[in-house]
Amino acid sequence: MASNLVGSVIEAWQELRIHKTRVMLSLIGVAVAVCAITTVVGLGGVAQQATVESSERAGGRAASLYLSASMNDGSIPTGMPEIWRTALERYEIDFASRVVNTSQTVQFANGAVPVQTIGVDPPYGTMHRITLEKGTWFTDEDQTRLAPAVVINSVFWDRLGRPDLRTHPSVTILGEGSTTAVITGIYPALSWETEPAMYMLADALTSLPSGAADSNSQFGPPSYELWVPVDVSEQLVTALQRDVQGALGSEAFVQVNRQDYAAYQDGDPFLSLKLTVGAIAGLVLLLGALGLVNIALVTLKQRIREIGIRRSFGATAGRVFFAVMMESVVATVVAGVVGVIAAVLIVKSPFVEDFISQGQVTDFPPFPVDAAILGLVCATVVGALAGLIPALVAVRVKVIDAIRY
Amino acid sequence: MTLLHLNGVTRTVQLVDAPPLTILSGVDLDVNVGDRVSIVGRSGSGKTTLLNLLGLLDNPTSGTMLFDDRPVQSLSSGARDRLRGREVGFIFQQFNLLQGRTALENVITPLLYADGRQFWQRARIATEMLERVGLGDRLGALPDRLSGGEQQRVAIARSLVRGPRLILADEPTGALDLETGESVMDLIDEVATQSGAALVTITHDPAIAARATRHLRLDHGVLQRSSPVSG
Repeated sequence: MASNLVGSVIEAWQELRIHKTRVMLSLIGVAVAVCAITTVVGLGGVAQQATVESSERAGGRAASLYLSASMNDGSIPTGMPEIWRTALERYEIDFASRVVNTSQTVQFANGAVPVQTIGVDPPYGTMHRITLEKGTWFTDEDQTRLAPAVVINSVFWDRLGRPDLRTHPSVTILGEGSTTAVITGIYPALSWETEPAMYMLADALTSLPSGAADSNSQFGPPSYELWVPVDVSEQLVTALQRDVQGALGSEAFVQVNRQDYAAYQDGDPFLSLKLTVGAIAGLVLLLGALGLVNIALVTLKQRIREIGIRRSFGATAGRVFFAVMMESVVATVVAGVVGVIAAVLIVKSPFVEDFISQGQVTDFPPFPVDAAILGLVCATVVGALAGLIPALVAVRVKVIDAIRY
Repeated sequence: MTLLHLNGVTRTVQLVDAPPLTILSGVDLDVNVGDRVSIVGRSGSGKTTLLNLLGLLDNPTSGTMLFDDRPVQSLSSGARDRLRGREVGFIFQQFNLLQGRTALENVITPLLYADGRQFWQRARIATEMLERVGLGDRLGALPDRLSGGEQQRVAIARSLVRGPRLILADEPTGALDLETGESVMDLIDEVATQSGAALVTITHDPAIAARATRHLRLDHGVLQRSSPVSG
């Protein structure tokens, strides 16, 4: 039994060694197919991540809850800050932020310009995947600054002449009294953003001399945003609605809802993308398999004599079948490994990552293991299937006819 | 001791639009251990079919065929293959060496289908066999680097490396010049004698046939005794 197995391995190895050219051709075809299928799946993962992150920047991560409260007469309810703090402590929510949308007038060298300003709490940066080109996002220490910290977009930075952050550049926010703010970070502007914009801490923003009251009247009351686990999001919506409504009374209009990208999807939001990618990958693999079968059948014609000779020396039909199958499987598994390695190199190359992500991805997913396993399984199955036909042909060879072929 | 016994063996093939074609008819043959049998016949007389039967590559349509007193028709395909590998050595007209493999690898090939000592010590056994046929210094040579006589000697070493009790030689000198053919036949005779194997030679060449102790002629599928004709 052991000698049978070892003998088969030796035979397969000899075949691979002797028929290097054929093996290389088979390897190239299958390796390209496996590389293609694995690369497509891998890049699909990056593209999916880009879509996810883009959605998360706009609407928050899954699950992001949005809380808004106003009195029925349109005024801002008093006591919201305390109600908000109580809710966060009660439900042990770490990632939460107030969001205050305002416009502040900033003095530039060529004049005063209204700048879209969003007041947030420090967790907002994580909740919306804000990554900075330079500097740092807000920390709790920034709450105590005398000169408020601002994080500006790259358009803003360009207009200032791209000062070095190590020099602690500042800008003047105009109002009833001018306020000097220190730039602590710069975030990249999206491709469609052409105007300067900035973030400030919500408390600092509402403390500006011209601040909160004007802003609120212009942009409405602050909203409250929470990033919570998806599986408890529905219960939290109900609980927050109940708690805040209860605290503010029946004169208030309280609304809590989930608004992240995943809230609007039934099932897998990327199912169509995955199906498309899968169909393309399957087609590529099918072409690779057909090429392999083709090469195997053509070369089998040249090997009929050899098979006949082996049969005359006692090789059983099963042994010939196994040897031919094994050659195919061994070759395709090797090709599969080569293809997967090539796919990893392609997918993880900085150039390809940048091209696919289009600057939208901060957390590049690791190379998907399932894609690598899929590639290897496909290679093995293709090898077995592609080996089956020539193996069946090989065992049907008439020995003496084959020897005289 | 009778190694191979054929009694009333026929072989017919079914044709699509014609009556069955009888290739061998009523063949009676006993091959004993150490026998030297030559079979001559014209092209189309059924020599190849008889070689298939004797080499356990094919089954008779009717009649009895015993190998070592065992009816070969009742053996499974795998058992017949294993019996052939163990007991039968083929020597072909065109040598049929495996291209791309060295002389040593060619002689090792039959041992890959053996088990036990023959399998695990295959390199040593094959080397000894090549030394025995005078090619101890050409172990690593590829077939296309060997002369015709050397190739046939490798083929002889390969056919005998498992110690078969029946050697089937199909036109063993057909691709060699007269002098080389003579020396190859001397070698086959010598090795067969040393191992005690029976040698059945199928040939067109009367001189080669004359070396046998029993002479048979196959004519239109019928096997009959023949008198030796010296070349």
